[in-house]
Amino acid sequence: MTFDWMKIPYALLTLFIVLNYGLLLTALIQKIGARAGRRHGIPIWQNYVDLLKNYALRTHITHGVMYYLGPVFRLSGGVGLLLFVPSIYGSEMFSNLSFAGDLILALYFIFFGTLGMALGAGESGHPHAAIGVSRGLSQVTAAELPLALAVFSVALQYQTLSVTDIVAAQQGGVAHWTVVTNPLAVAAAMLSFLGSMMRPPFDVVLAPQEIPIGPPTEYHSSYLALMQTNRAIFPVAKMVIYMNLFFGGATSWPVFFVKVFLLYLFSAFVGVVFPRFRVEQSIRWFLIWAVPIGIAAILIV
Amino acid sequence: MRDEDTLVRRVPVKDELKKRVVKGPDGLEFEVDPIQDYYCDARPEVRPGSYVRIVEDLFNWARSESLWILGFGTGCGAIEMRPLMTPRFDAYRYGIQWRPTPRQANLFVISGYLSVKTLKRAIRSYEQMQSPKYVVGLGSCTINGGMYWDSYNTIKKLDEYLPVDVYIAGCMPRPEALLAGFEELKRIIRAGKAEGANLYAQNFDWYKANQKRVIHDWDMPDYNW
Amino acid sequence: MRTLLESLKERFPLGPITEQRPDLAFVTVERETLRPLIVHLRDREGFTHLVLLTAVDWIEENLFQLTYLVHDRANARDIGLRVMLPRDEPEMESIHDLWPTAATYQRELKEMFGIPFPGSPRLDEEFILEGWVDIPPYRRDFDTLKFAEENFEHRAGRGTTDPATHMRERMATQGGSK
Repeated sequence: MTFDWMKIPYALLTLFIVLNYGLLLTALIQKIGARAGRRHGIPIWQNYVDLLKNYALRTHITHGVMYYLGPVFRLSGGVGLLLFVPSIYGSEMFSNLSFAGDLILALYFIFFGTLGMALGAGESGHPHAAIGVSRGLSQVTAAELPLALAVFSVALQYQTLSVTDIVAAQQGGVAHWTVVTNPLAVAAAMLSFLGSMMRPPFDVVLAPQEIPIGPPTEYHSSYLALMQTNRAIFPVAKMVIYMNLFFGGATSWPVFFVKVFLLYLFSAFVGVVFPRFRVEQSIRWFLIWAVPIGIAAILIV
Repeated sequence: MRDEDTLVRRVPVKDELKKRVVKGPDGLEFEVDPIQDYYCDARPEVRPGSYVRIVEDLFNWARSESLWILGFGTGCGAIEMRPLMTPRFDAYRYGIQWRPTPRQANLFVISGYLSVKTLKRAIRSYEQMQSPKYVVGLGSCTINGGMYWDSYNTIKKLDEYLPVDVYIAGCMPRPEALLAGFEELKRIIRAGKAEGANLYAQNFDWYKANQKRVIHDWDMPDYNW
Repeated sequence: MRTLLESLKERFPLGPITEQRPDLAFVTVERETLRPLIVHLRDREGFTHLVLLTAVDWIEENLFQLTYLVHDRANARDIGLRVMLPRDEPEMESIHDLWPTAATYQRELKEMFGIPFPGSPRLDEEFILEGWVDIPPYRRDFDTLKFAEENFEHRAGRGTTDPATHMRERMATQGGSK
């Protein structure tokens, strides 16, 4: 099997586009949230300034190797997720490094960053970080269940584990999208989506208003900047998966931008309306509402 | 005049901070001195900025546009910070955000009177912040004691203990005054004159002597990272 | 309230009684009487709520006055029990077994007035002050201004200006035309 080396710079280009888009998108969503509260909110370029400032801090301290690797794992989780699924369907340039079994790998990568964070935050030695990690892991695990069920359901439906094939099967109009052909799986996945976006009502893990800010309590300067970078890339990467699996993928960048924005807006809308859940409440919510839908989706397919 | 050493020693060390012998999980016994062992107490150093002028200017601009405030309300002034988050004042549009942990914050707002007990926590929090870091004294109490000028338990002059960049006068200053003060701080940062952290490192002994003169039960390392 | 006070007078030796309002009275009692009286009020008369426990320094009479304010929820009335202690040995019996909250009040009184309550939990721990080196600061022979001047750096230039005289002087120098 030959490897097309040209894919690497193309993948990096995708990464660059997604990074900038993610930075602007998160700021825009924050602005929308602020407008719902009748504020102006942060400037649209605020994320760039914060990143620059954090990289420019003069001192930083480390707590050990895992502390250093935590953000690296987190970022590689986001980047890996992005690189192994095709961003633009049918484009040689932006199909990235996708291959036949990439759906399983993607599921793994979604979880990878959180695990890395758990190790890093654990080594930082701060009790709030440990609390945050245990909260985060339990919530992400609970949110991951319906997603996994939905993904299996979709894989059964299309009889493939390749994201590209799934997208290909959905081409040719809205009626072919999974959201129409397998609505139960999409419903379960969208509920899980709310849980993994770290927005209200499921943001108790790292809400800055919580007394323990969560896993990143001890992280600062360039460590924090790495995590901010990931916070721009990771949601977009995850939404790319959702878009590919359930909403027909994207055949060009404008379609990509619009679909990802609408997906993000969905979680932002829910977040603006609902107050925050405690962890045990959110786990119960996932197990009662989302998991049965996922099981039903599998049974029906 | 009081003798400093006797003052410090008259307050006994807390039990949990005394040296003690601990038996490890592998059966070895070793001595633990909590004040020394649990902290890194290396002295702070002066950290110069970037050598290239234009890079440092760019960094200073980024620092001024991204002020992260440590959520530490020392006195009644903390109540004046909350309106800044509300739609009426909305400090977020000036790049001002609140962080709950000193590691991520750059701006320490001493909001109101500072009792000796709180001063101890404020010093620790300040030292855990990463350089460059700024201090804003909020309200008359931080300037000259304000209405607590004859109190037995509040400090009267904040810049004896921490390097202050901007004072905002008033009792209490209105949120508009706070915003004006933050804008002033931004100007100072952009001009490259907000080097409080380096000032603190340069005059470290002087600051420590001042701090220890009022904190009689000094039971922490001289500098905690 | 009157009937309650009459019945109390029969059981306990009571000192002077001040009836502040129909629902509020203050009774001065001896150090030894306080505990039986307050137990009686709590268990028989329904004064189940300890509102506060505080002290006053009567330095001229060489006395500390402790005030135990208890509240009767059902009848919405309060009784304050005053105990006068000599300033030179102000020890008082602890009531933390009657109301656990009393332990906190007693810690505060120990720290701020130096009134010991033997047996009260965590009595000797620091309550508000940390590393206090002088006499308890709420005693009236403690000079807070002198302490502040000796201990803290003061910023020069602090002064007071009477607004009336200030404006008169300003008018005299600048003229009142504006």
